[in-house]
Amino acid sequence: MSEPLLSVEGLDAFHGDAQALTSLDLTLARGELLALIGANGAGKSTLLKCVAGLVKNRRGAIRFKGEDLLRIPAFEIVAKGIALVPEGRRLFPSLSVEENLLIGGKVGRPGLWTTAAVYELFPVLRDKRHAPSTSLSGGQQQMLAIGRGLMSNPDILLLDELSLGLAPVVIKQIYELLPKVVGNGLSVILVEQDVKRALSVADRFMCMLEGKVSLEGKPDAFTGEQITSAYFGT
Amino acid sequence: MSTHHVTRSTMLSRFALVTAIALVVLLAAAPAWASTATLRLIGEVMIYLALASLWNLLAGYTGLVSVGQQAYVGFGGYMLFTLAIHAGMHPLAAIPAAGIAAALVSIPVAKLVFRLNGAYFAIGTWVVAEVFRLVFAQMSSLGGGSGSSLPITIMKEMAGSKAMRESLIYWAALMLGVGSVAFVYMLLRSRIGLALTAIRDSETASLSLGIAIPRIKLAVYVCVSAATAMVGSLIFLQKLRIAPDAAFSVNDWTVLVIFMVVIGGIGTIEGPIIGTILFFILREFLADLGSIYLMILGVLAIVIMVISPKGIWGLVSDRLGISLLPVGYRVETREDLR
Amino acid sequence: MGWINIVIQGMLVGGLYALFATGLSLIFGVMRLVNIAHGDLIIGAAYLAYTVIQLTGLHPLASLVVVVPAAAAFGYGLQLGILNRTLDKDILPPLLVTFGLSVIIQNALLEIYSADSRKLNAGSLEIGSFSLVPGIDIGYFPLLTFLSAIAVVWALQVLLFHSPAGRAFRAVSDDPEVSQLMGCDNRRVYAWAMALSMAVVAMAGVFLAVRANFDPFMGPSRLIFGFEAVIIGGLGNLWGTLAGGIILGVAQAVGAQIDPGWQVLAGHLVFLVILAVRPQGLFPRGVT
Repeated sequence: MSEPLLSVEGLDAFHGDAQALTSLDLTLARGELLALIGANGAGKSTLLKCVAGLVKNRRGAIRFKGEDLLRIPAFEIVAKGIALVPEGRRLFPSLSVEENLLIGGKVGRPGLWTTAAVYELFPVLRDKRHAPSTSLSGGQQQMLAIGRGLMSNPDILLLDELSLGLAPVVIKQIYELLPKVVGNGLSVILVEQDVKRALSVADRFMCMLEGKVSLEGKPDAFTGEQITSAYFGT
Repeated sequence: MSTHHVTRSTMLSRFALVTAIALVVLLAAAPAWASTATLRLIGEVMIYLALASLWNLLAGYTGLVSVGQQAYVGFGGYMLFTLAIHAGMHPLAAIPAAGIAAALVSIPVAKLVFRLNGAYFAIGTWVVAEVFRLVFAQMSSLGGGSGSSLPITIMKEMAGSKAMRESLIYWAALMLGVGSVAFVYMLLRSRIGLALTAIRDSETASLSLGIAIPRIKLAVYVCVSAATAMVGSLIFLQKLRIAPDAAFSVNDWTVLVIFMVVIGGIGTIEGPIIGTILFFILREFLADLGSIYLMILGVLAIVIMVISPKGIWGLVSDRLGISLLPVGYRVETREDLR
Repeated sequence: MGWINIVIQGMLVGGLYALFATGLSLIFGVMRLVNIAHGDLIIGAAYLAYTVIQLTGLHPLASLVVVVPAAAAFGYGLQLGILNRTLDKDILPPLLVTFGLSVIIQNALLEIYSADSRKLNAGSLEIGSFSLVPGIDIGYFPLLTFLSAIAVVWALQVLLFHSPAGRAFRAVSDDPEVSQLMGCDNRRVYAWAMALSMAVVAMAGVFLAVRANFDPFMGPSRLIFGFEAVIIGGLGNLWGTLAGGIILGVAQAVGAQIDPGWQVLAGHLVFLVILAVRPQGLFPRGVT
């Protein structure tokens, strides 16, 4: 097997004095969609933030294309090809829809994704391109956040809590568009509360419990009971 | 077997308290053993100790970073002159009266400046101090821009002999200096102190706990303003002369005070004490340098803010884990051999 | 006609106050930093221009070619070297550091230049004027100052709202964590904002120094005028800041007419009244 695109080895991370991740390992191959599941506080978001460079207090190794990211600041990691779509969308309120996309493409990595390509994927954004991002509905905001992440033409897209706070019909719509996002060799780590939905799209999954991996593998290799028990630690 | 025991005091803090009380007794007797020059120096230290402790309560504990406390120093001074000259009040009685007047004035001022957040609050308080200065400069009954002097007859009424007057002013300074530290210490040990700590840690969380933040902030602001005005009235009782520029000097009554607190350790009780003492020691050696002395203080304050925001005391107490005047609680583990 | 003239002259002075305020408003907008040394930096720029003119014999306006880049470079270095280290959730460190800086600048200027007041001489530009209508004379220099203020605000507005750099400024201001995920190096963005602010400070310093005498201790009141213009106009709105400067200038001119001692006081009182009745300022951000 060839070297994975991303490999995390023995990662410890801390929020203040509290340890959020303990000796965590993870690999991600090119073009793979990895679903990260687990209860609240299991450390899923922390893991994504570590990879993106936002958590400073960490040790271990995060290797991307053979390079250790641990000492690299967040603003350089995106230029290397890892984009994070943060939990809660976190759009820039004083920027218009289009400006949010443009700043997503600030690092200037060449690739398929342009404002035109994002508008093609999410036509509703084109209609509101000059509107303030705050005027969008929740689902539209999530689309914009995904589009903003894609604009840097990343090799890896980190999606944190994709469906949180969205109406079921909107969630369904976004998941239907997901294959169009994921194609073209893009690797994805998807953090999702909605386990069933996450497992339905994932190539592989990892279940986290209290900062550690409790179960890992292909979704169809385990029974629902096994996954539930890994999820709750019973 | 060990039990946990929650306490405030430590062996060290009890020792510190006893030493402090002994020191205050010694200082109270100073007119009997000190020369006039020494008495004046200690009096000045006490005045700055009071200003520093009060500003620290405001900025370090309540988050109200004012750079306009000279408003109340000058106001207190002018109140004393007004009450003594025009209302014939005894100068020492005029000191608390000036405090009460300042408390009343500080309420509408607070209503205005509290509308400004954080750093803008700081400049807003400065504007208020400037307004005070300009208004008092317009009052011809108080000498306008050139100021006025306290007639010697009023001073003679206070006490017959010069030595007695010096002693009275000294004792008043000692009371204000020690009283301010004690006031801040007691306040922080009270329930208000707990609320202030909670506000400092998280204003949103405290709001949700039902702590009446605006009322507590207002109360602290009013108390500090009143006490600052009392200190101000004493300053000008000693100087015997008041003029707007000296009364509302940002350099003398705010800049130096802020430097003392920042260098000593903002947000600690001990910080202003250490900062004040250090300031006077430095001044003994460096005052001849004039403006360079101020630049050195400025650099020192910046360096401390960048490398150790809790000042010299913060460095010491973090290293050694000690507190001389503890306001928080600590958990002690006792080994019980049974 | 007398009062109209007073108001017009006040408006022109207001242009200078807007220049004091714009840099303050900009860095507050980008990084929530209130620079207490802002006024002293204005005076420092005036002294720098004074030295440049002494050495080269340049016209004050020509000295801007040296003073503006020098001030911008200083601002960039100041932000990267010192101020970035103090930026955190706590407002106290940046406030106290810039406060210390203010005292250092004042006393350094005093050491270098003495307490004597100075003035820059702009020759015929300074004394020339034209008559708008009988009774209202417009000085060329006050008019130039006023137009410069408009130009500065317009240029910053274009930069902020119609350029990639401005997008980065606004993004960092909105959410300094997520902006890093877009590839913004916040520390450098802050440094550029401070450099821009200092470029405006340099202009303000030179215009001030041509208009009136200056000495090492004039900084704090320039800070206060700038601050009042920002609050009167409403936070985060540069056109509002310009309007705030004009209102302050007019208030002072009218106050001075009533009684010379009332000039500055009248400006403060207008500020306090606006704070009392409309604390968000006259033109707060929100409608773009």
